[in-house]
Amino acid sequence: MSVIEARGLRKEFTVRVKRSRLRREKRVVRAVDGVDLTVERGEMLGYIGPNGAGKSTTLKMMTGVLMPSGGEVRVCGYTPVPQRTKLARRIGVVFGQRSQLWWDLPLRDSFDLLRHIFRVPADDHASRLRRCRSLLDLDEFLEIPVRQLSLGQRMRGELTAALLHGPEVLFLDEPTIGLDVVSKQAVRSFLTEVGERGDTTLVLTTHDLADIERLCKRLVVIDHGRVVHDGTIDALHARYGSRRRVVVDLDEPVASFGDATVEADGRRLVFEVDGSAAAVVARLGGLPGLRDIAILEPDIEDVVARLYKTATEDAP
Amino acid sequence: MGSVNATTPPSAHRNIVPAFRTFAAITGSGFRRYSTYRQATVAGAFTNTVFGFLRTYVLLAVAAGTATGLAGGYSQKQLVTFVWTGQGLLAVVALWGSTELADRIRTGDVASDLLRPVHPITMYLAADVGRAGHAVLTRFVPPVLTGLLFFDVYLPRQWFTAPLFVLSTGLAVLLCFACRFLVNSVAYWLTDIRGPMIAWMIGSGVLGGLFFPLRFLPEPLMVALWVATPFPGMLQTPLDVLVERDAPALRGGLVALQVMWAGLLLTACVMVQRRAERRLVIQGG
Repeated sequence: MSVIEARGLRKEFTVRVKRSRLRREKRVVRAVDGVDLTVERGEMLGYIGPNGAGKSTTLKMMTGVLMPSGGEVRVCGYTPVPQRTKLARRIGVVFGQRSQLWWDLPLRDSFDLLRHIFRVPADDHASRLRRCRSLLDLDEFLEIPVRQLSLGQRMRGELTAALLHGPEVLFLDEPTIGLDVVSKQAVRSFLTEVGERGDTTLVLTTHDLADIERLCKRLVVIDHGRVVHDGTIDALHARYGSRRRVVVDLDEPVASFGDATVEADGRRLVFEVDGSAAAVVARLGGLPGLRDIAILEPDIEDVVARLYKTATEDAP
Repeated sequence: MGSVNATTPPSAHRNIVPAFRTFAAITGSGFRRYSTYRQATVAGAFTNTVFGFLRTYVLLAVAAGTATGLAGGYSQKQLVTFVWTGQGLLAVVALWGSTELADRIRTGDVASDLLRPVHPITMYLAADVGRAGHAVLTRFVPPVLTGLLFFDVYLPRQWFTAPLFVLSTGLAVLLCFACRFLVNSVAYWLTDIRGPMIAWMIGSGVLGGLFFPLRFLPEPLMVALWVATPFPGMLQTPLDVLVERDAPALRGGLVALQVMWAGLLLTACVMVQRRAERRLVIQGG
C-alpha cells in the first residue's frame, strides 16, 4: 500500500534579479519540475541530489509546509497543505538545519510538551521515550536546555521528538549534516533499528552517501527538479557501469598481465570485474613476487558524481 | 515506533477537554520559558519601577498645576494608580513584545511550527498567555507594590471593578498579542520588519496610553482613537476600569469595544496566516 504518491509535482519560485541600479527582473525558478514518486509502506527511501536540486522543497511539499505550484501529492491519504494538521499526527519530520525543540526548555520538557500537542496517551509516550533514551543515550542530557546541547545531542533529541507520536512516515532532511563520525554512527544505527521494525516508512535526503548505503535499498536521484534515477543502488552501479576492482601489488614489475591495467611502473595490476573476483584471484597464482591483493567495491560517490554531471549536461 | 498506528485525533465533540489540556500545556511552557531568564526579569521590573517614579512626578506636577487638581479628569490618587498599574501592565501585555515570530520567518524555522497538529496562532497565543502569567507574578507585582509603598494611591470602591479589570486585562493581552502577531507576520512579505516594528513601538506607546493618558487629548480625537483603533484597549482601557474613571455603563462599553477589536484582530490573524502559508518561502533551504 502506498503511503506517498506524487504525480507531476511542481514548485516554482519567483526571484528578482538585479538588471541595473533601478531595474529588477522577475524570474521564475522551477525548484521541482514534475516529480512522480510512489513510496510503499515500510520502505526506506534515499532521496539525493546536488545542492539546489529540489530535495528539501519536495519534502516540504510532502509534509504540508510548502504549497505545490502544480501536480498532485498525497501522503498517508491526505493532501498535505489543506489537511496539514491531520497529516502532522501521522508523520514525523527532522530538518537537520532547523529545530523543532523549544530552545529555552530542557529536552525533557520539550518531549512532554510534544506529548500534549500530539495528544499521545501517557503510556505510549513513556514506552517510546524509554526506547529512544536507551537507543540514543539521551539520559545524560535530558535535563539540559536545548540551547546548551551539542549538535549531536540536539539531533538525537530531534529524532526522538519526531518519533514520540508514533508516525507512519518519517521524513529526514539531512539528519547527519555537521555531525561527527560517532554521532553519525549513532543516528544511522538508530534509523536502521527504526527501519528494520518495518512499520515506519523512511524518506531520507542527504549529501552523505554512506547514510544511503547503510540505510536505504531504494535510491531516488533528483537534479534540476526532475527524477533522474529511481531504483536500487545496485541498479545505479549497473546503469553507470561501475565495477569491482581487484588491485594486486607486486615485488617484481611486470610488463603486462592479461586484461589488467598496469600501474606503478609495473608493480601494480588493476582488474575490473563484474560479480565474483574469484576467477581473477585464481589466475594470480603464477605471478612472481605477489605482495598483496585488495578487492575494492565500487564507490557510490564516484557513481553519483558522474550521474550529477551527466544530468547537469543534459539539463535544458 | 512501537505502534503501527499514529495517534489519531478524537472526534469533535470529545475534543474540547484534550484541546484545553493542549492549550494549558503550551501555556505552561510559555511560563517556564520566561522563568529561565531571571536576571532579565529583575532588570525589567527595576526599570519599570524607576520609570514609574518619573512618570508619577510628571503627572502629579501636571495635576497640581490645574485649578481643580484634576488632570484629564483624574484625581492625583487616580493618576498614581494609573501610572503604577500601567508600569506593571506594560510587561503583562508585552506592549513592545519581541520579534520572535519574524525571526523564525526570516530564518525559515517557522517550518517547524507548521509541522504540529495545532494551528500556529493557537500555539503562539497559548505560549503568550503563559508569558503574560509569568509577567503578572514577576513584572506586575513589584511596580504596583512600590506605588502602594511610596504614594497615596486610589483603591477601587465598587465590587465589580476588580473582576472587570481582570477581564479587561485579559482582553488587553489578547489584543496586544494579535497586533504583535500581525506586525511580525509582515516578515512573510518583507523579510526585514525593522521599519514596521519601530512604527508599532512608537504607535502603541502613544496611542495605547503609555506615554500619557489618552484623556489628555481633545474629546473627538480621543473617541475616534477608541472606536477606530485597537490601541486604547491594550493599556488605557484596563487602567481606566481600575481607577473607575467613568460611569459603570461606560466602563462596560469600553470593555465591549475591547471584545470587538479582539474578535476583529484575531480574525485578521487567521486570514493573514492563511495567505502567508499559501505564499510561504522557507528561507535558507
